[in-house]
Amino acid sequence: MKTSSTSSTENNKSALLIIAAGVFLVVAAVANICLGASGLSLGTLWSALIAGPGTSAAARILWYVRLPRTAACILAGSGLAVSGAVIQKVLSNHLASPGIIGVNAGAGLAVAICSAMGLFTAWIIAGASFAGAMGATFLVVLASRKSNASRTTVVLGGVAVTACLNAITEAIITMVPDAALSSVDFRVGGFSAVNHARLLPAAILILAAIAAVCTLTNELDVLSLGDETARALGMKAAFVRNGMLTLAALLAGVSVSFAGLLSFVGLIVPHIARLIVGNESGKLIPFCALLGGGYVAVCDLAARMIFAPYELPTGILLSFLGGPFFIWLLIKKKDKQK
Amino acid sequence: MITITDLHAAYDGEEILHGVSAVFPKGKISVILGPNGCGKSTTLKTLMRLIPMTGGTVTVDGRDLNELSQQELARVLAYLPQGRNIPDITVKRLVMHGRFPYLSYPRHYRPEDYEIVAQALEWVGLTDFGPKRMENISGGQRQKVYLAMALAQDTPVILMDEPTTYLDIKNQFEMLDCARMLTDMGKTVVMILHDFEAALHYADHVVLMNDGKDLIAGDARTVLSSEELRGAFHVTPCFIEAEDGPHCYVRP
Repeated sequence: MKTSSTSSTENNKSALLIIAAGVFLVVAAVANICLGASGLSLGTLWSALIAGPGTSAAARILWYVRLPRTAACILAGSGLAVSGAVIQKVLSNHLASPGIIGVNAGAGLAVAICSAMGLFTAWIIAGASFAGAMGATFLVVLASRKSNASRTTVVLGGVAVTACLNAITEAIITMVPDAALSSVDFRVGGFSAVNHARLLPAAILILAAIAAVCTLTNELDVLSLGDETARALGMKAAFVRNGMLTLAALLAGVSVSFAGLLSFVGLIVPHIARLIVGNESGKLIPFCALLGGGYVAVCDLAARMIFAPYELPTGILLSFLGGPFFIWLLIKKKDKQK
Repeated sequence: MITITDLHAAYDGEEILHGVSAVFPKGKISVILGPNGCGKSTTLKTLMRLIPMTGGTVTVDGRDLNELSQQELARVLAYLPQGRNIPDITVKRLVMHGRFPYLSYPRHYRPEDYEIVAQALEWVGLTDFGPKRMENISGGQRQKVYLAMALAQDTPVILMDEPTTYLDIKNQFEMLDCARMLTDMGKTVVMILHDFEAALHYADHVVLMNDGKDLIAGDARTVLSSEELRGAFHVTPCFIEAEDGPHCYVRP
């Protein structure tokens, strides 16, 4: 009885925390929409939402600039955060993330190839990003398995793959300067170039993948017990692992297709989420989705406001926050090993 | 009863088991003894299909294990591996994973799953440990939590790969007492041990292995006194008859 009441209290606490993350997301989204070079009051926001696009200057700003941008922040933040949480669980490595194990760079290369070939259709770019992310993921995972690499070696392998793929991307940009991806936004990550057409396929894929991950949280937790234990519990561990990595690559790849190479979101957000709701995937994944969207929306707003009227690409701010955070993680890991 | 007949297994193309045959009686503790690298863990892993079987048959109460799906196998055999992760989750959550073989997509737990998990925690004496985190409990308690997870699997057979390794003396005895409790509940326990004294006291049946084959099987005293055991380990077991029964120590 004592155990069941304690667990019920814990469940209530987790539900409250997830609701709080939802509120944070909504507040961040509203702030991202309303604040900026031309501010929108809540009243104006409401009337522009009701009136629809094209009826006034405020409505045009809302429907054609702010809403797509905020939606892009939320989608990319949620997608990368969930992708990071899944990769960390599957590889049992809290230092892994889409950016660090090469997923983002694989997607970036695919987008570079598409741009160089003049393929700008949203679905093609989203599909190519996914394929590039998949390729990089399985390259790192396969190399790690073949060499029985430790968890840290997986990260180092990812760093090497990232460096190679980024070098190829740079070479393409150098050789095909007209490619649209040479924009700073793509390489450092940002949202100034998003529009409805680019966002729609990405939104469908990201929301579907997050929903799929949310129904597979039990599998994720069993997988993190180790292959032997997972298989002894009746799970087809290799199949589930590859399936989860595919979903993670899809989330990261599609996010990169419209947001560019955003760094560290998939590393920072799962860590903060784990500190707040713990490591059980049933709580961690939805929390990451909400926190990740809110975090990127807040960073995007800060990137627009800090040096206003100049706009900093959001990826620069994310890297500025993420770099020290990663160093802190390494130090913390070393302290724990002592 | 588990019947293994002419079991062969290979890993990375190299044959490790060269025709193991053994019987593990139902409702009893069977102990596998043998020097390091002789194929004890491989035998258990082959039963669990963690290492591919290249020949022979294994039946549990007459059912051929090869005919079972992975999920069905997990409802027949539970396995405590030698090395275990320490996940950053609560004790209760870990034990809940023992119900995984019974859940269909999307894996929602049913009321009976919670009851079985509470029962499993009670059996290993960790009823109040449910909300504790795995990181914050001792090695002996973690071992019991994994045992509780195996109990939650509700299988007729439990395989344990060196369940007393890394445990202090008190926890070793508690773990072995848990194994006895399982056979009292009608379950079949097969475990790998290195401690002859523990095997003498807890095993109902002992199988000695060396070089990927079974050498001799029987009651503990018979196997421990055998020439085969002396040949396999290059040691001499000695016995002392005490008031509480025989004890075993080893001379080089």
